Amino acid sequence: MIDFELSPEIQNMRQMVHMLAESTMRPIAREYDEREHEDPTEWHEMMWNVSRGSAVSVGREGKGGGQEGGRAAEAHLLSAVTIEELSWGDAGLYLSIPNPGLGGAAVAAAGTPEQRARFLARFREGAPKWAAMAITEAGCGSDTAAITTTAVRDGDHWVLNGEKIFCTSGQRALEKSEGFVVVWATVDKSAGRAGIKAFVVEHGTPGMKVTKVEDKLGIRASDTATIVLDNCRIPLDNILGSPEVKTETTEGFKGVMATFDATRPAVAASAIGIGRAAVEFVREAFAKAGITIHYDAPVSKLSAVERDFMDMEANLQAARLLTWRASWMMDQGMRNSLEASMAKAKAGSAVTQVTQKAVELLGPLGYSRKLLLEKWMRDAKINDIFEGTGQINLLIIARRILGYSSKELN
Amino acid sequence: MVSFQPSEEQQLVRDTVASFAREQIRPLARQADETGSIPQGLIQQAWELGLVQSAIPEEFGGAGDARSATTSVLALEELGWGDLSIALHILAPRLVTYPVMQLGSPAQQREILPAYTGAQFTAGTAAVMEPDFRFDVRQPGTTAVRQNGDYVLNGTKCYVPLGAEARHVLVYALGEDGLSAFIASPDTPGLRIVEREKNMGLKALATYELAFDQCRVPAAARLAGDLTPLLNRSRVGLAAMAVGVARAAFEYARDYAKERRAFGVAIAQKQAIAFMLAEMATEIDATRLLTWEAAWRIDRGEDATREACLAKNYAASMVLKVTDNALQVLGGHGYIRDHLVELWLRNGRGFAVFEGLAMA
Repeated sequence: MIDFELSPEIQNMRQMVHMLAESTMRPIAREYDEREHEDPTEWHEMMWNVSRGSAVSVGREGKGGGQEGGRAAEAHLLSAVTIEELSWGDAGLYLSIPNPGLGGAAVAAAGTPEQRARFLARFREGAPKWAAMAITEAGCGSDTAAITTTAVRDGDHWVLNGEKIFCTSGQRALEKSEGFVVVWATVDKSAGRAGIKAFVVEHGTPGMKVTKVEDKLGIRASDTATIVLDNCRIPLDNILGSPEVKTETTEGFKGVMATFDATRPAVAASAIGIGRAAVEFVREAFAKAGITIHYDAPVSKLSAVERDFMDMEANLQAARLLTWRASWMMDQGMRNSLEASMAKAKAGSAVTQVTQKAVELLGPLGYSRKLLLEKWMRDAKINDIFEGTGQINLLIIARRILGYSSKELN
Repeated sequence: MVSFQPSEEQQLVRDTVASFAREQIRPLARQADETGSIPQGLIQQAWELGLVQSAIPEEFGGAGDARSATTSVLALEELGWGDLSIALHILAPRLVTYPVMQLGSPAQQREILPAYTGAQFTAGTAAVMEPDFRFDVRQPGTTAVRQNGDYVLNGTKCYVPLGAEARHVLVYALGEDGLSAFIASPDTPGLRIVEREKNMGLKALATYELAFDQCRVPAAARLAGDLTPLLNRSRVGLAAMAVGVARAAFEYARDYAKERRAFGVAIAQKQAIAFMLAEMATEIDATRLLTWEAAWRIDRGEDATREACLAKNYAASMVLKVTDNALQVLGGHGYIRDHLVELWLRNGRGFAVFEGLAMA
């Protein structure tokens, strides 16, 4: 039965998270945009305490999450809704929340039960912790098969060599907490994708070093790290999945890629939170100025401003519904690669446009750092880029609707 | 609890209408467009699906089914996919029956509804739009003035589907207390069928310009109440049909792009084409969901004006872009009438203009 009403549980959680976002994130949003690379330590500790093992942290854990079993039937939808609220508060801060993050998502998706217990238990106790995922390199982004970081077996260890960039929360995972980073590396370059495996590198591992934290356009409260692996030795069973390394099949690669089916709707939800902040702000500014939106007026009677605003609202809602659908499908156990990419592609571009338009509509105020609009525009853009650029998602959509393999359409 | 899964009953309706659209409507779309007429046999077959009668209460000879806008948008997308002109013809009687069911007095319902539960297709229609670029459905230029217990209608209407053959014409006019609707018929004195229109699209649908010159209808012909919920039903209905038209064009372009080869590969294997198709597919899904949500709000009895208007406007731009892109994928072939793509572009263009042409 087609239904758009959120269950009472999700509505309650949404309300709680909204209050949290409004009272603790909005007030420090500008501050940690200006003070890039500094830590909102008190806020992190507070978030760690309220969200440890709860639904708030589910969002970026992806499939399976950090908890063993017992997940709510609507976990992914709940996570999309809460992420929207947190990102409405502030997207940079949301990304910096101490939690298993993308690294945890990879462990949950591709790890053995033993690995899930070993790597994820820490997120329920002690001081705030982060986990991260390191895929991108200077010479490759979306083309993950071109990864050059190597993993070579040496007795009871893997020896990793290479450099990873753009690792979200990489510094917090490795240097500021007892976390870990999941590093994608090749065990056999000649095997292409089949040779790519995921390895857990713990904080404090010798041979691993954070060499740079990027200065960025937006989401400045979130750290984006460069990690160098120089003969970095990790235990043999830190390879995600079975230690029996097979390079004849791409099973392992696919397992980790499947993480994206969960994380893309999460990114879309975050984008929507930013876009909603901008749309609400513009609506309130209009209301103060006595501008009302006549939804049912014909084109000849609509002002340009009304038309722009209606476009913003429709695009945002379209993106939100695509995101809810992709999340709902995950909750139903349905395969959602196509729908996840649709949500991500739509949300990334819609919110980029929505926030740009919001700055324009508010004129000199929109461009001023006195308001958050210009910040939201800068923050929004990342959603068109990370977790697969808009173009990569279009490519995935195209392959799915055309029934093409990556060889047939590239 | 959020769900994107139609109920079994909704899915049954959708599947039934989809196969009718595929097997009966689509094969006749081109011929109907070229000749400007729809075979009577097809209309009769469509009538037998019960899309009009099912919602009419049993006491008037209908099936008394719930008038679910959500179920309806599923069916209307499929009909629009088959052919927009034919779909609007089939559904035209709803332009009378839905308003009468929603707002009509028991007497009005008794008088009008049984006419639409017979074995044969019976045409009914509404006169909503007007030939004026300033046309505003909320404040039409057509007026209704109270005179000696009657209402006197004056004004011009256009895009009245089946206006010449309809048993009833529901006329939207501006009265003393705002927008009202009045039941007339083509032979009401003062109502003149000016001409069958020649439009860019909808060529198979017989639409008429109607002139009202001191057209007098009794007070009992007025439907009392707020027409907004009906306009919203119309908006989501049109949005759903736009999704259907866009999907038809998308599917055709997708299949063509996989067949057509250039430089040794199918053109679908080129990103320039593949990305267009990917965006088309995404926007079609996005619009469908906006439409479902607006319909769902209508079914909950909410004021869905905002959602219905946003969905309809979004659908109107989407279908134009998607049909235009589909034509572009076919290149020169898209411009040729051997393919239906140019027809979908012409029909799709109309959604930005249409108001009140179909009820979900």
